[in-house]
Amino acid sequence: MNNESIAVDEQGDAPEPRRVEPMEEQPPTEDIRIHVEGLSVYYGKLRAVKNVSLAIKSRKVTAIIGPSGCGKSTFIRCLNRMHEVTPGTRVEGKVLLDGYDLYGPGTDPVEVRRKVGMVFQKPNPFPTMSIRDNAIAGFRLNGSRDRRLNDEKVEKSLRMAALWDEVKDQLHQPGTSLSGGQQQRLCIARALAVEPEVLLMDEPCSALDPIATAKIEELIHELKDTVTIVIVTHNMQQAARVSDFTAFFYIGELVEFGVTSKMFTNPDKQQTEDYITGRFG
Amino acid sequence: MSAPNPALGLRYFRRKAIERLAVGGMLLCAGITIFFLVTILGYVLYRGATAIDWEFLTSLPLPPGETGGGIANALIGSALVVACAAMMAVPIGLGAAVFVNEFPSAGLGRFVRFLAEVMTGVPSIVVGLFAYALIVRPFGSFSGFSGSVAYAFIMIPIILISAHEAFRLVPDSLREASLALGISKWRTIMRVVLPVSSRALLTGVVLAVSRALGEAAPMLFTAFGNPYWSLNLGKPIATVPLLIYTYATAPYEDWHRKAWAASFILLVVVLITSVLTRAFLRGKSNE
Repeated sequence: MNNESIAVDEQGDAPEPRRVEPMEEQPPTEDIRIHVEGLSVYYGKLRAVKNVSLAIKSRKVTAIIGPSGCGKSTFIRCLNRMHEVTPGTRVEGKVLLDGYDLYGPGTDPVEVRRKVGMVFQKPNPFPTMSIRDNAIAGFRLNGSRDRRLNDEKVEKSLRMAALWDEVKDQLHQPGTSLSGGQQQRLCIARALAVEPEVLLMDEPCSALDPIATAKIEELIHELKDTVTIVIVTHNMQQAARVSDFTAFFYIGELVEFGVTSKMFTNPDKQQTEDYITGRFG
Repeated sequence: MSAPNPALGLRYFRRKAIERLAVGGMLLCAGITIFFLVTILGYVLYRGATAIDWEFLTSLPLPPGETGGGIANALIGSALVVACAAMMAVPIGLGAAVFVNEFPSAGLGRFVRFLAEVMTGVPSIVVGLFAYALIVRPFGSFSGFSGSVAYAFIMIPIILISAHEAFRLVPDSLREASLALGISKWRTIMRVVLPVSSRALLTGVVLAVSRALGEAAPMLFTAFGNPYWSLNLGKPIATVPLLIYTYATAPYEDWHRKAWAASFILLVVVLITSVLTRAFLRGKSNE
């Protein structure tokens, strides 16, 4: 697929071509779900993310692209405080979710992760749980023991993840008995069951075949009506297909951030153009 | 076997000979291992089986000189002392393993693991002395409970090390999956890490129980032994390994036979426990 055809596709159904400069300083509005201000991340002495600021819009898909090791996974893991699971990491700067500082004193990372869900590179269903129990593993922590309510939740989240019809007759089979693509959708259902406001996806298709990938992409299109999505991807065609906004990272820095159709046709920075056209990376 | 092909030459036969030699050597090693196991089992059976009957299993020991009687009190005593030890050692061992593996940033974790490795090397007689100083002296009497403490001290490092190895095999991606759902670290350990490693944990516990079941030395100054019925862990209590020691070193032929019989029963119990555990784990993995 070449860039021209993407541009035609994207502009054909681009939902709001009027906003072109999300990088400009704006006051927090209802439109912006996450404000990242001057974010730097350190692994020991290594500074993996350098002073990144950007605003992620509500109910839109924001793609993070860039070559390996550019800090995009580290960046996304800061949006739900998952990076601190890795020992020896440190964060500077601010991440505001609806104006609420995720790194403020007294902010509980457990609460943050309920609001900002995450889907990982490799499907990771809990091997000791059935499909049903996997789907509501996170939901159950609300203490819900009401069987009917749980059943409804299972169906609802599996439907949202477009998996219900495939698994409704085998809900008590282990989650690991599914195919890779189904497992990944189970992980998406599991994340959605907690009803997060934002869903982070860290290269969710990199371990999947093209058909399973297409299903996940279709799902992303449907989900963005209800949830804000940030997706890290190595695959530029994927970024072009699924996202409304794209951020290009290079060696820990945010090089350019803008509307996807513009980023892929007429980027402001030479570096962005070089990467997107495959000249490096 | 077909006739050797003369066209193949000397090197071929040389290679074949080395192959045979190597396979033969390995068979020999395996054979020696099995030989000792079978010999021990066979000899214990040969010497002990004649003394095993219903009475031996269900009645109390008789005074020296009288024939008959059994070891029922020691069987029950061993079960009680080991069960009580397991009740202490399993939570402590697992808890410590969780600490060592899930909170590694506190450099203390590594130190605890190191201590556990040292603890496995402590001679069991020393463990017995330790329990004597810790429990028997302050309370002023030998007791089943002090024996349980001694056994627990033997079991804790075994459980800790096997559980730590089990936790290390749980992929971090599962921990992250759980944490990312907004599940707290504690619930992540209870709902994800423990269930995923449950098979290996059970194996470790069974190993520790088997080890304790056969230890006589720690009982010498703790449980002490008791020729009468006693289910009271606050009082001296009979245990099978200690009974074997007492009977085997006594000058009565009948007691020697009983020592063999008790050894046989101990072996069978340990064997059955590990076979049942394996069967249970295999059944579970087929689910």
